[in-house]
Amino acid sequence: MTLLTIEDLSVHFPTRHKVFVAVNDADLTVEPGEIHGLVGESGAGKSTIGAAVMGLLERPGHIAGGTVSFKGEKISGRDAEGMRSLRGAKISMIFQDPLTSLNPLLTVGQQLVETIQFHLKLTDKDSRQRAIELLDRVGIPHPDDRIDMYPHQFSGGMRQRVVIALALCSEPDVIIADEPTTALDVSIQAQILDLIKELARERQTGVILITHDMGVIADTTDKVTVMYQGEVVESGTTDQVMGDPQHEYTKSLIAAVPRPTLKVHRFPQLSYGGRQIEFHIDDLARNWHKPEPSKSGTLLKVDKLSKTFLTKGHIIPSRRKFFTAVNEVSFDIKDGEVFGIVGESGSGKSTVARMIATLYETNGGKITFDETDVTALHSHKDLEGYRRQIQMIFQDPYSSLNPRMRVDEIIAEPVKHHKLLEGAAIQHRVDELLERVGLGSDAGRKYPHEFSGGQRQRISIARALATQPRFLICDEPTSALDVSIQAQILNILKDLQEHLGLTMLFISHDLPVVRQMCDRVGVMRQGQMVEVADTEELFANPQTDYTRELLSLMPKLEGLSTEGLKDEIV
Amino acid sequence: MSDQATQPATPSRLAKAWDSDFMYNFRHSPVAMVSFFVVALLVLGAIFAPLIAPYDPFDPASLDLMNGYTAPMAPNDFTGDVFWLGTDDQGRDVFSTILYGMRISLFVGFAAVAFAMVLGITLGLIAGYVGGWTETIIMRAADVQLTFPAILVAMLIFGVAKGITPIEHQDTMAIWVLIIAIGLSDWVQFARVVRGATLVEKDKEYVQAARMIGRGKGIIMLRHILPNVLSPVLVIATISLALAIIAEATLSFLGVGAPPTQPSLGTLIRIGQDFLFSGEWWIILFPSITLLALALSVNLLGDWLRDALNPRLQK
Amino acid sequence: MLTFVIRRVFQSALVLLIVGLVAFSMFRFVGDPIDNMLGQERTDADIARLRTELGLDQPFPVQYMKFLSGAAEGNFGVSYRQGRPVGDILLERAPATLELAAVSGFLAISIGIGLGVFTAIRKDGFLANFIMSASLIGVSLPTFLIGILLIYLFAVVLGWLPSFGRGDVVHFGWWSTGLLTSSGLKALILPSITLGLYQMTLIMRLVRSEMLEVLRQDYIRFARARGLKEKSVNFHHALKNTLVPVITVTGLQLGSIIAFAIITETVFQWPGVGLLFINAIQFVDIPVMAAYLMLISVMFVGINLIVDLLYFAIDPRLRTEQKGAK
Repeated sequence: MTLLTIEDLSVHFPTRHKVFVAVNDADLTVEPGEIHGLVGESGAGKSTIGAAVMGLLERPGHIAGGTVSFKGEKISGRDAEGMRSLRGAKISMIFQDPLTSLNPLLTVGQQLVETIQFHLKLTDKDSRQRAIELLDRVGIPHPDDRIDMYPHQFSGGMRQRVVIALALCSEPDVIIADEPTTALDVSIQAQILDLIKELARERQTGVILITHDMGVIADTTDKVTVMYQGEVVESGTTDQVMGDPQHEYTKSLIAAVPRPTLKVHRFPQLSYGGRQIEFHIDDLARNWHKPEPSKSGTLLKVDKLSKTFLTKGHIIPSRRKFFTAVNEVSFDIKDGEVFGIVGESGSGKSTVARMIATLYETNGGKITFDETDVTALHSHKDLEGYRRQIQMIFQDPYSSLNPRMRVDEIIAEPVKHHKLLEGAAIQHRVDELLERVGLGSDAGRKYPHEFSGGQRQRISIARALATQPRFLICDEPTSALDVSIQAQILNILKDLQEHLGLTMLFISHDLPVVRQMCDRVGVMRQGQMVEVADTEELFANPQTDYTRELLSLMPKLEGLSTEGLKDEIV
Repeated sequence: MSDQATQPATPSRLAKAWDSDFMYNFRHSPVAMVSFFVVALLVLGAIFAPLIAPYDPFDPASLDLMNGYTAPMAPNDFTGDVFWLGTDDQGRDVFSTILYGMRISLFVGFAAVAFAMVLGITLGLIAGYVGGWTETIIMRAADVQLTFPAILVAMLIFGVAKGITPIEHQDTMAIWVLIIAIGLSDWVQFARVVRGATLVEKDKEYVQAARMIGRGKGIIMLRHILPNVLSPVLVIATISLALAIIAEATLSFLGVGAPPTQPSLGTLIRIGQDFLFSGEWWIILFPSITLLALALSVNLLGDWLRDALNPRLQK
Repeated sequence: MLTFVIRRVFQSALVLLIVGLVAFSMFRFVGDPIDNMLGQERTDADIARLRTELGLDQPFPVQYMKFLSGAAEGNFGVSYRQGRPVGDILLERAPATLELAAVSGFLAISIGIGLGVFTAIRKDGFLANFIMSASLIGVSLPTFLIGILLIYLFAVVLGWLPSFGRGDVVHFGWWSTGLLTSSGLKALILPSITLGLYQMTLIMRLVRSEMLEVLRQDYIRFARARGLKEKSVNFHHALKNTLVPVITVTGLQLGSIIAFAIITETVFQWPGVGLLFINAIQFVDIPVMAAYLMLISVMFVGINLIVDLLYFAIDPRLRTEQKGAK
């Protein structure tokens, strides 16, 4: 029997100017024991469907048309009390961020027991027993001790297990999981997805898995529904949709996914929706002042670099506590090379980048840039020469541009600071950069909030190029972007290396992206460099257990169509 | 701050601003518009008091003791003069004294808030951005002062100042002492909010981008961080203005504020209190209503501003 | 836990020392004590003698230490105006202020939290909106105007309640209470409403905004998504989280009540320390001002210490930070 049926569902958010149609005529069904993936880029309306089913739409959003039925019974349009009897009891929900999903002032036991008692009407003792069983089931070690702990005493992955246990309290028939693993590291992500798969099989629970991640869809789901701007564009079994997409949007989306097993020259330009962007990095090369190559052929050399952070201050020095974020890391980057550093969160990869960028002081070790010992430079003045030659592209396009500065001021700031150009030449350089990254010089007179995430990241790139640097640090430059936008940005970065001869340090947690971008890769774990190798060599023949483990956790994406990539495969 | 950012970029900017969510919000909030109107009316009345007021209450030549205790809108028994809002015991026109009193109240209020704002923003920015010992000292000082209610701090400062100023200067100094006392008691609010916002902003990547370019601390604080922490400051400033006006009135009412030679609304109420039991209700009623209207409409504006500038509520 | 308490006590002591320094500097440098005590007819010999007697010829830190040890024993010198030991005057007046503050504080907290929760839960209800609008008037109405209004209404027009003073009091040792006589209780009504109203509106508005903030959190959405009853979501999950920040501010507000008592006491001629203080300011009676400052800071610091400990009891994150599980 079909558990959940969504027919012609439309959700509207009336705003000041117009009615925003978040979901338009969407259909979806969930069978027992089935994991149904709901995939799309930001703004596709996938989370809105989850909230609509639960009756948890934020006002002024409302269901404007269509029905949601549970086991054949219509549930949309019920009053608050009617929805409440379904919520938790028949349909449960798992949220994205385990850090904020649990009440910080109650023990996990209190939260579990309250929910169990409410739904199953058990005694205190039985509820507690059942809570311990649930914690055990979701894979929390020593559940009889851990049950009396508070949420902040659990790690992120463990908290998400607790959240799942809470969602299971009432033995629901359907679970809606809204990006359940997005906030987690790749190794934890795999465990949580396995747990969801097991539970669905074991209890014959239907699961709607909302995600933006094609890897998660390919590895976890049985069926998939693809959404674009509020509309369902394609639906079917996962194998069929991923392997032989019919709709143009699905095709373009799949073509933009970086593959762990294939290296492409450039990502195919997406043609569906939105205007195709044109950028001409090659034209920039004409006016580009190319510096002499470094004498040794090695532009940047990092030698036994270390960084410790104070975690607990104390008047007595011996009582202070430190955390070693980076521990004697060494590597070097050759002229014109893209060097990648991969690692999970907390591995210290961003700290390394920030030390090279002079944002953090070092606690030992040496950074040498074109034969100059940068760690020996201390005054602002001495560092100017180095700072002019390096630039950085940051992770979050929404915070990397000052919202109160105009775009042309943002791009001109490094030029003015280093006094590279004067008067009209500054404006000229700004206009040229904006043209070349495909935004047009008119963009200079606007403020950052008038641009989308991908456009902002291009503004960031224009700012980074303004001083004509030799070395570019990219710190997770695409991890906050949708996959199609990611493809654009990665193409631009590839052009920068090819046409301008820029040397790059590319920091990422995403192995498939690293494979597309980097010539050589270093793997970091808990502040240490585990392995450094040529990219292809590392993927084909990893030398350490940790690298092997990371590679094994990568989504394989073998079922994904390679149509549209054929011309680009290296 | 930036000289270019404040200049209108295109002629349509004004139209754009008019159409912004902020202005839309304003045009669709009757409460905000009425409060703005009342505040504007009172401020204009205070500024142009010498032109509007029918009498100059500080000019002894224009006073006639025979006009004392005249009820509103009723002709005086002896002189036959009519006063809109009546007169006090010395025959001063209540309407005129209110206009002049508002001048003092508003001047003290605005000046005290400006003083508190400059001090608080500077210290808050420095504490938030520089951190370390500087931050500890500034914020501990703020904590200690916050333990003591603003009105008490203001009274103490006033008392001490009175102790060290020679008697003949006390009346002229009183207004400035009031401004400093109220301003010093209120900077903590600004410092805390600015520090909090600075801590959030300084970890944002645009600040790191500026640091990477090699920008100095001063430029980063003034050009990058300051413009981004101003909207909560605006809300606090509005609410502080209401608080400062009330604080000034309270101090003057208690007799430790504006002197009788330069009466503010609070002083007028203090004077009027004596006549409440003897039936001359208008001497206290009209200054009280003015004070309430002023404080209430500024508070309503502040309340509306807080909602209008809250990014989370805007969506 | 113990280290936390010790650190807090240490910090409180430091605050007291600083306030003591301010009080002492006032005492020492504002106005010349010799001037104040000797009057016009004095000789240089008199001045020198008094200077030695008062220890004014000793170095500053020594004088400060003497002042502190004196203050610890309740010896704050002699009032310039009344010519009596300041300690005695304060002791005589303190019960009136403390009783007034306690009653107002109780009113402010109980009604303030209740109304705050109500207006947060019924966010768009008619009554909640009405209360919110009324509260803005409460915040905009200066305390002294509320007092005058109440006096005019209940004492002058209706004649139900007294307009000034404390009524009959009963003495227990040095403590005098108005809570045991009917005239004392009657006299307490108007002043305690006057004093409590402003704090009540502040607490109410704070509780409301904090609670609305908490109700937006993911764990509240998740609690709703689990089907838990509204009552449980509001009172079990949300209220406790709301109280964490509210406690701090409420502590500060309680401190303010003692200070705002100055205004209420002036309006109602309530014979407490506030009235004493305001008179002291007008006459620049420095020893009384300094003593009042010390007394009130001891109370504030005490309240803050209790607040910190409460905080500690309610928030498990603070309790376990000690174990390094950050």
